[in-house]
Amino acid sequence: MVTYIVRRLITAALILLGASFLVYLLTAASGDPLQEFRDSSAPNKQQLMDARSELLQLETPAPLRYFKWLGGAVQCLVPFANSCDLGKNLAGQPITDALWHALIQTLTLVTGATVLAILIGITLGIITALRQYSTLDYGVTFMAFLFFSLPIFWVAVLLKEYGAIGFNNFLRNPEIPLPAALGIGAVLGVLTAVAAAGEMRRRLLTGAAVFAFATAVLLYFSATEWFKTPGLGPVVIAVAGVGIAFAVTLLSAGLKNRKALQSALIAVGVGLVLYFVLQPLLNEATFLMIVLLAAASVLVGTGIGYLVGGYDRGQSMRAAALTSFLVGFLILLDRYMQAWPTYFNNSRVRGRPIATIGANTPNIEGDFWILSLDSFTHLILPTMALVLISLAGYTRFTRASMLEIMNMDYIRTARAKGLSERTVVMRHAFRNALIPIATIVAFDIGGLIGGAVITEAVFSVRGMGFLFLDGLEHVDPNPVMGVFLCVAITAMLFNLVADLAYSALDPRVRVKA
Amino acid sequence: MSQPSQQDEIMAEEASRRQPAAGVEPVLEAKGLSQGQIVRRRFLGHSGAIAGLLAFGIIFLVAFTSVGYGGIPGWWKYDHEDVSPLLNDGVPTASLWPLAWGEHPFGQDRIGRDLFAMTMRGAQQSITIMLVIGLIAGLIGVVVGALAGYFRGWVEAVLMRLTDMIIIMPVLLLAAVMAQLAGRRDEGSWFASFASSNGVLVLGIFLGLISWVGLARLMRGEFLSLREREFVDAARISGASNARIIFKHILPNAVGVLIVNVTLTMSAAILTETALSYLGVGVQAPDTSLGLLISQNQEAFSTRPWLFWFPGLFIVLICLSINFIGDGLRDAFDPRQKKFNAKKAREAGDSGAETTAGTAFGRARGE
Repeated sequence: MVTYIVRRLITAALILLGASFLVYLLTAASGDPLQEFRDSSAPNKQQLMDARSELLQLETPAPLRYFKWLGGAVQCLVPFANSCDLGKNLAGQPITDALWHALIQTLTLVTGATVLAILIGITLGIITALRQYSTLDYGVTFMAFLFFSLPIFWVAVLLKEYGAIGFNNFLRNPEIPLPAALGIGAVLGVLTAVAAAGEMRRRLLTGAAVFAFATAVLLYFSATEWFKTPGLGPVVIAVAGVGIAFAVTLLSAGLKNRKALQSALIAVGVGLVLYFVLQPLLNEATFLMIVLLAAASVLVGTGIGYLVGGYDRGQSMRAAALTSFLVGFLILLDRYMQAWPTYFNNSRVRGRPIATIGANTPNIEGDFWILSLDSFTHLILPTMALVLISLAGYTRFTRASMLEIMNMDYIRTARAKGLSERTVVMRHAFRNALIPIATIVAFDIGGLIGGAVITEAVFSVRGMGFLFLDGLEHVDPNPVMGVFLCVAITAMLFNLVADLAYSALDPRVRVKA
Repeated sequence: MSQPSQQDEIMAEEASRRQPAAGVEPVLEAKGLSQGQIVRRRFLGHSGAIAGLLAFGIIFLVAFTSVGYGGIPGWWKYDHEDVSPLLNDGVPTASLWPLAWGEHPFGQDRIGRDLFAMTMRGAQQSITIMLVIGLIAGLIGVVVGALAGYFRGWVEAVLMRLTDMIIIMPVLLLAAVMAQLAGRRDEGSWFASFASSNGVLVLGIFLGLISWVGLARLMRGEFLSLREREFVDAARISGASNARIIFKHILPNAVGVLIVNVTLTMSAAILTETALSYLGVGVQAPDTSLGLLISQNQEAFSTRPWLFWFPGLFIVLICLSINFIGDGLRDAFDPRQKKFNAKKAREAGDSGAETTAGTAFGRARGE
């Protein structure tokens, strides 16, 4: 195992060395760094050109410049020496600093999108696998192919037009006329009826219920101007919490396990009490506090499950912990909605909250809630675009993996010995289907930071992709090399992790030592 | 190192060992038919693939005949560079009811160029690039994968490390270098003069030179498993040369995987080309491509949305049809794949066999 890892790391280092040499030469050959001065009519043209040549050391041949750069870059390997030197960009900023900023920007952009895409993709994949060759399956398969064929810059422009500009115009006067509400309700109803399982009668009933509910909610929203002053309130949190408790118990322990259901419901009750207790505390919120509260919610849930007990304590604890975490999320959502009117009327936002470019509103001031709402409104469009196009892969892969598992002999055995379908799907099939998905996820995480160049360009996020493109445009090898190093190292590292994870999860696969 | 292919291979292999389940008919039709005939029958029975093939065929024909190609004039009255007076501010004249084509079916841009001609020209470029990439990536991928998988040893080590190196090179950088080299028209090098007349071909060749890596890994995997089979031993004992074993015995058995993955590489290549053109390092003005059209017209979305809709629609249509063709090919080439009958599956009321493996989607897209 250790030999294997060491060997992989040594090969990786050699590959990195060769590739970085090539990238350096290519960047240097990719253009004329003095082009912008050659075309200018400035009187001090010659001076500017000399200064730029001096800065980029253009007198030295590119291969020699590479070894100079390498000399600085190697120092990054010395731990705690703080002598990492990746050169400076044209503005004189050290690349290590620029990379750090860019990395944070890129990670905030892609993390949420990737997590969402993985969660939604795996869920859809499992549902379509369980209901293979249903209308839902065909629909999702077609959508997967369609989304996979979409160019992201095209989706981005559409999202900007309809998601941002259109929605902002709607927010100016958030009234939903009756025909529109009926139309949206009807579309949702038809979709549910098509997607739902079971007999025609049951499908029609489900569709009709969804239609009535959606239309009523939309009309209520319109009448109360909910979109201007949104909020959940304790009643909605209570109702949704009970729903969550039932759903979580159904999936994690089965409704027959009364103790688990009880502990989940108690967790909802505790959450409701805390909703009122925590409001003053939440007004002073910081990021750290939110993280601590989230951890606390899981701990409280686990505690409730432990106290309620039952014949299988673990199941109760799991159900209650998950429920209390989700209820905590609802409380957080409600607090964000309370902050919405303040954000909406902020002098910098001026009633057009959904932003089309950038990562935050310049010079915005406010408390934690305003600032994080500002980030959300900027992140929502790129996140939607990224989720849309990366969803397809996960859905198809999960579906294939799950179908393969569902045809295995041990699934038949599990059914034959009388286990409930829930146990068979959640315990026997799902866990094994996750093994190949885990490696795909690890591989994708490795490609994350370099994978959103176009998304960053379209939404003007100054992340890694921006740094790379900017360096390329000015024929400045230092930023390009910095981004390349980061991207290549993470990609290689996570590939190794993917291989190791696979052999750790599936004992039939062993790494070759 | 970037070696996800091992898992992919394992998974693909496991997926292929599936047992037939409900709704899967035994291949009675295979009796007395050659491999090619079986594959053709299966492919023709796949409605999605046929729809994709039809759509792609129509787009291909219309794109190449309407505005002409390589000096041959087409049947459409405008060229992608012709400027004509604006009619009704350039609004598209095509309408579904009454079904009419009109003077400028897709509308005109700000200076009066015909968008139908431009879109068709862009589709030509995208399809050309796609085919060039498929050809080059397929060729290099097969050669590298076959050599590495068949000979093992130091050949494999060198070739696979080379593959690892190329896989981490940023596509954008190579495209930028290519654009820069092609842009030096005044310097009179053979490359620059070739590039200035065949900009699209050069881009296709460049992208082909870097997109073979995934294919090479897959082919290596195929060769690794096929070279251990009995028929290869038999051939070797009867004195067949290495070249004969590779080309006559192993390659025909790996051709299914090859064709399917070349198709999928091509559908990814279309998106890469449009993305590069969008960023300004792909096809350069005054020539045009679908990505370039979108990039030039995205600011005008609120005033002339059609300039944005039609090129995008064509990207999606081409890519979608190629994806469906690839899906159909995969089903057709999998010898263990039985013809699926959805009705019987539903009657049996059980989960059936999977028709497509999830590796349909390469993860190397340029988003």
